[in-house]
Amino acid sequence: MSEFIEKLKDTFIVDNRWRYLTEGLKITLIVAFFAVILGLLLGFLVAVIRSTHDKTGKLKLANAICRIYLTVIRGTPMVVQLLIMYFVIFGSFRISKIFVAVLAFGINSGAYVAEIVRSGIMSIDNGQFEAGRSLGLNYPKTMIYVILPQAFKNILPALANEFIVLLKETSVSGYIALNDLTKGGDIIRAATYEAFLPLFAVAGIYLIMVMFLTKLVGLLERRLSASDRR
Amino acid sequence: MIDVKNLSKSFGSLEVLKNISTHIDKGEKVVIIGPSGSGKSTFLRCLNLMEIPTEGEIIFEDKNITHAKDHEINLIRRRMGMVFQHFNLFPHLTIRKNITLAPVKLGIMTKAEADKRAYELLETVGLPDKADEYPNMLSGGQKQRIAIARSLAMNPDVMLFDEPTSALDPEMVGEVLELMKKLAAEGMTMVVVTHEMGFAREVASRVMFMADGNILEENNPQEFFTNPQNQRLKDFLSKVL
Repeated sequence: MSEFIEKLKDTFIVDNRWRYLTEGLKITLIVAFFAVILGLLLGFLVAVIRSTHDKTGKLKLANAICRIYLTVIRGTPMVVQLLIMYFVIFGSFRISKIFVAVLAFGINSGAYVAEIVRSGIMSIDNGQFEAGRSLGLNYPKTMIYVILPQAFKNILPALANEFIVLLKETSVSGYIALNDLTKGGDIIRAATYEAFLPLFAVAGIYLIMVMFLTKLVGLLERRLSASDRR
Repeated sequence: MIDVKNLSKSFGSLEVLKNISTHIDKGEKVVIIGPSGSGKSTFLRCLNLMEIPTEGEIIFEDKNITHAKDHEINLIRRRMGMVFQHFNLFPHLTIRKNITLAPVKLGIMTKAEADKRAYELLETVGLPDKADEYPNMLSGGQKQRIAIARSLAMNPDVMLFDEPTSALDPEMVGEVLELMKKLAAEGMTMVVVTHEMGFAREVASRVMFMADGNILEENNPQEFFTNPQNQRLKDFLSKVL
């Protein structure tokens, strides 16, 4: 027992090693948060372009660009994209690694969000579109006030899933030497030659974050379901 | 008010409307009947350009709108209310918001004005206590009455009804027809695609029989039902009456 307490002390207390975890957590949260925002923006944009093209035949060029984006991003590994972003695209710039990570993870997530949102838009009955248009609302207004709110509600579980994946995916940030939560645990492991405690601490923190996120989405889902009551 | 000249509409190789011409006057109540697949709904949907005609012209108040630009079409649609078979209420919005969405978002009314108008319309359609409920809580007949109120909120000059009672349980058909009769009595110009022969007989100023993409006969309801000329119409009436 005292040996375990000794290990705990060595892992977290000595040299303020717990700070690797808190600082890492901070970076993980920053990267994940802004990547989610970027992913949502990109995803909605791409989804609206793609479904507008499918519905009306307009936006041919934009649609083609979106398709290339989806193919490339979904067809290559996240880590490779992160490395390319850091060493090739921003290779000759001195630039914040956090910024690079947000960009790489956001652009990656956007591709998956786009297809989720597109499936949501497609799930809405065409009559909703016609009702909006028949009242004189133009295409963008019908999209914003009639289609997207309903689509968003339908895709919320899938979106939550994507955000959970994204949050955990940021654990590869160590590849560009960004000291995120996972990297923090790894630094402690390397310093103390003790793997169990830091890695389980890291895993536990991710788990708590995901459970919190799930709870949050559950609340939002319940709020949005007001119109479902019969 | 609406002039239809040599209207044709094809979906791919399927010719749904074949060279149709007719005229709808202000205040008229035109009821269109005919077997399914005859092009009734497509004809109606061409009037407010929900379907773009393949050939021919739609002239609304002396203006050729067939090739109108998108924003012009939107302006025209404000003046042509449309009621759908499946109501198409916005399920994520309360009844009040369903009614006020278009007038407010199009900048025609302030929110307060639109709310006031919504209450008036809810009185008109006999559902004043439903303002804050969601469409899912209503019966089919109530939904359709709200859909009519939603169209009326734009103060349209003409109302297009696309089989407004076909999706309703039989006991709810009456309440919707009553409301439509009320509208007709107030002088609204109406074009109604329906299978309700009683409504056609009672309310129509003109009944139109369509089959295979053509208007085969049109006449006042008295003549239309008692003295049909076209053989297809005779067969049709003998089946439905």
